[in-house]
Amino acid sequence: MIDTSNSSSTSKTIETVSGITVRLCGDSGDGMQLLGTQLTNTSALAGNDVATFPDFPAEIRAPRGTRAGVSGFQVQFASREIFTPGDTLDALVVMNPAAMVTNLSDLRKGGILIANEDGFNDKEYKLAKVESNPLDADVIEQSYRVVRVAMTKLTREAVSEFGLSTKFADRCKNFFAMGLVYWLFGRSLDPTLRFIEEKFSKKPDIMNANIAALRAGWAFGETTEVFGESYQVEAAKLAPGTYRNIMGNQALAWGLIAASSVSKKEMFYGTYPITPASDILHELTRFKNFGVRTFQAEDEIAAIGATIGAAFGGSMAVTASSGPGIALKGEAMGLGIMLELPMIIINVQRGGPSTGLPTKTEQSDLLQAMYGRNGEAPMPILAPRSPGDCFDMAVEAWRIAVECMVPVMVLSDGYIANGSEPWKIPDVADLPEISCTHPAGGESEEPFLPYSRNENLARPWAVPGTPDLMHRLGGLEKEDGTGNVSYDPDNHQHMVDTRAAKVAKIAERIPDQDVFGNTSGDILVISWGGTYGACLTAVARCRDAGHDVSHAHIRYMNPMPANIGELLGSFRTILVPELNSGQLRMLLRAEYLVDCIGINKIQGKPFAVSELVDEITHHATTRRQDASARRTAKVG
Amino acid sequence: MNLPVLKAADFASDQDVRWCPGCGDYSILAQMKKVLPELGYPREKTVFISGIGCSSRFPYYMNTYGMHSIHGRAPTFATGLKSTRPELMVWVITGDGDALSIGGNHFIHCLRRNLDINIVLFNNRIYGLTKGQYSPTSVEGQVTKSTPMGAIDHPLSPLSVALAAEATFVARSIDAHVKHLGQTLKAAAEHKGTSLVEVYQNCNVFNDGAMAYAQEKKQRAENVVELEHGKPLIFGAQSDKGIRLTGNQLEVVNTADVPADDLLIHDAQAPNPAIQMMLARMRYPEMPEPIGVLRSVKGVTTYDDQINEQVTAAKAKQGDGDLNALFHSGDTWQVA
Repeated sequence: MIDTSNSSSTSKTIETVSGITVRLCGDSGDGMQLLGTQLTNTSALAGNDVATFPDFPAEIRAPRGTRAGVSGFQVQFASREIFTPGDTLDALVVMNPAAMVTNLSDLRKGGILIANEDGFNDKEYKLAKVESNPLDADVIEQSYRVVRVAMTKLTREAVSEFGLSTKFADRCKNFFAMGLVYWLFGRSLDPTLRFIEEKFSKKPDIMNANIAALRAGWAFGETTEVFGESYQVEAAKLAPGTYRNIMGNQALAWGLIAASSVSKKEMFYGTYPITPASDILHELTRFKNFGVRTFQAEDEIAAIGATIGAAFGGSMAVTASSGPGIALKGEAMGLGIMLELPMIIINVQRGGPSTGLPTKTEQSDLLQAMYGRNGEAPMPILAPRSPGDCFDMAVEAWRIAVECMVPVMVLSDGYIANGSEPWKIPDVADLPEISCTHPAGGESEEPFLPYSRNENLARPWAVPGTPDLMHRLGGLEKEDGTGNVSYDPDNHQHMVDTRAAKVAKIAERIPDQDVFGNTSGDILVISWGGTYGACLTAVARCRDAGHDVSHAHIRYMNPMPANIGELLGSFRTILVPELNSGQLRMLLRAEYLVDCIGINKIQGKPFAVSELVDEITHHATTRRQDASARRTAKVG
Repeated sequence: MNLPVLKAADFASDQDVRWCPGCGDYSILAQMKKVLPELGYPREKTVFISGIGCSSRFPYYMNTYGMHSIHGRAPTFATGLKSTRPELMVWVITGDGDALSIGGNHFIHCLRRNLDINIVLFNNRIYGLTKGQYSPTSVEGQVTKSTPMGAIDHPLSPLSVALAAEATFVARSIDAHVKHLGQTLKAAAEHKGTSLVEVYQNCNVFNDGAMAYAQEKKQRAENVVELEHGKPLIFGAQSDKGIRLTGNQLEVVNTADVPADDLLIHDAQAPNPAIQMMLARMRYPEMPEPIGVLRSVKGVTTYDDQINEQVTAAKAKQGDGDLNALFHSGDTWQVA
């Protein structure tokens, strides 16, 4: 056990606040993501509600000290329920000048700026392309509470007894920064001490040095005169239950494992590494004891090809990628639709087009998901709204895939994939039942009809190895019933109609759209995917301000819930915030013939709550006069 | 248990075969139907997967499970199926365009993984289904619809590609040489690991006679050397010619002129594929072209075995997955 007797109580004044938003920034090799993850876990364990926003460059080690190389991790922890990682920062920790100049604009006036003073020197100014020390500007001292800490020097002193080289000693400085942040916000060191002990168990010198650095950071906060007080955030009042912190991609992986388990189908996961989807592979491949077989293919097409092959064989088959990879999978997805086999295709969206912004978030693949295949190739699409919701949507995707014998797409995005939140652990007994059945041979004198259909329009999932049911699948148009190749015009019409009807019928098997606020009124904000938290928070604030605004967040993108049309007709103004140029708006207009006003942002960043509040307020206070109201607002 | 004895006809599906009359594909289909009963494997555990092209219609004509997939990707579907259902006997049917152009990537990766499947590559050196464009195995200078002034690409040899991809079983046969074709398909089926069989197949519509030197009985003896493991390389209607390795070159010699010991003895089981690669590179008309099993190496792990062994090992070590334990692993906290 670790002695924590000196690490849990402070002799200084403690101010209780309802929430803190802090961002930790440094070079991409400075360990900021680790620091952020630890702070998140520690805060979650303290009972806070937490929401995170990791933001890092696409390069693994972008040129050191440059603005392009800055890696950041933002976390909000609060004693109330929160849905976003926060708009403006209460505290900003910067390890070098580049980190400071690229992030300072988000720090609120009067906020705390903690700078690693040792990272501020002439060489670093040059790399960050600043004339002189940005900390010395008068406006900085006037606007913020600046705390300069010689972190490198203090860390070296703290770890000197372990005889590490300077290089390794300096690597401990993120733990020093962590210790200081923990002191400032009254966090326990214990979870991170446990983490260090586990991670570095085979390297005792590094382990002890990191522990020493962490404690030194904490002690610095306690003894320095620059901090008169520390802050405390009480536990949040979440629904009763057992919680853990979970990231979006992790929740997706666990949802898939849960779906595999409840459907008694071992999982095959075929994929090709791509940001930001690769973490699903890393997570799944750890769980071979759940019968998970992961296949790192030679390319995106091989990944989905193998997935379809596994589906043919009767496995739970899953593939995942991001936009560019999904583009490559287009033809094979069409085959999956023709074969009418169950499988899950996950798209963790990122900034596009082409390679775009691999590490940044965007919602610009909705139309690709809807229409990005040759021919008439409809596919059910689900979109999780938060990291934890990825779990439920993964299970739901498999339920629909199996019940309707159809490939299902899950549209996640980089923001929820890398973000995390407290997740109420479900009772395994409460997970939905998913029943997979395969026809057995020898049941009938009649010839087997692989394209006969049940009430869901689903065909039988007959798998190789079953006597008497031998049949041939393929991408040529199928004759209904027999599945034989058919060029008959009427049959083609019938099959196109049937595949569409099968997907449309899923609307009967999904819940109605729920609404936060009222089911009719002045303004309906309608959103989807990872913007849930920002939209909900913005609508709640506007309602508090007295505006007649409600919020519907769609998780079933295709088909949409049956009551969406009615809902859209019950409000005078429909606002559609999206991190794209208006893709859901286009679908809503096309399908329901209602006008919708877009709130659109494509900067690789999530919505700030404040920008949505401004837009909603604008519409709530401006009477619509003419068609000019149809404009698309650009924010940010 | 008494398994029903199957005949070739039992492997025929009820679909009309729609290849052009005179196509070499018919012969391959007939040999496949003949060989499968000899293997004694149940029809329902046999799966044919193809890509796109004339040859890829093959699965429709077999009364087994089958999938006519997308262009060039058949090995990928086979990979997912065989990895999850290793008890199935999986055949990939492909062509020169399907396997070597659009599907080149999957072809080499399937071979290097040594997935336990059989790939039959119908090589007619032309695109048939798209009506007569040159293929990656078309000879230089070949005039086709898309190369009116002659093809300027250098052709690929499927055998060389397969050997370079570390294939464990590499063979070649000829549509018209039916007995040899049947034996080769059987040897491929019996090999554990990825088996590649290139079959010279005549496209009598778009590339008729392109490989007549090997297909026609009269010419074959002079232009083709049949490989047999452990036997010297001898060919010719009178068995009067042989292949000798001199330095790092293969050369044709008259058997009458050299001691019998000088002839190259075929070693299909040599782990080092260097000499097999030299054989694969023998091209008509400079050299006779080899048919038979160039390479057949045992004991290399297969992808399907290993992916399943890892699952078995993980279950043995960690126990069967427990969802509740997973959910509660690591740090959790209670909210009352």
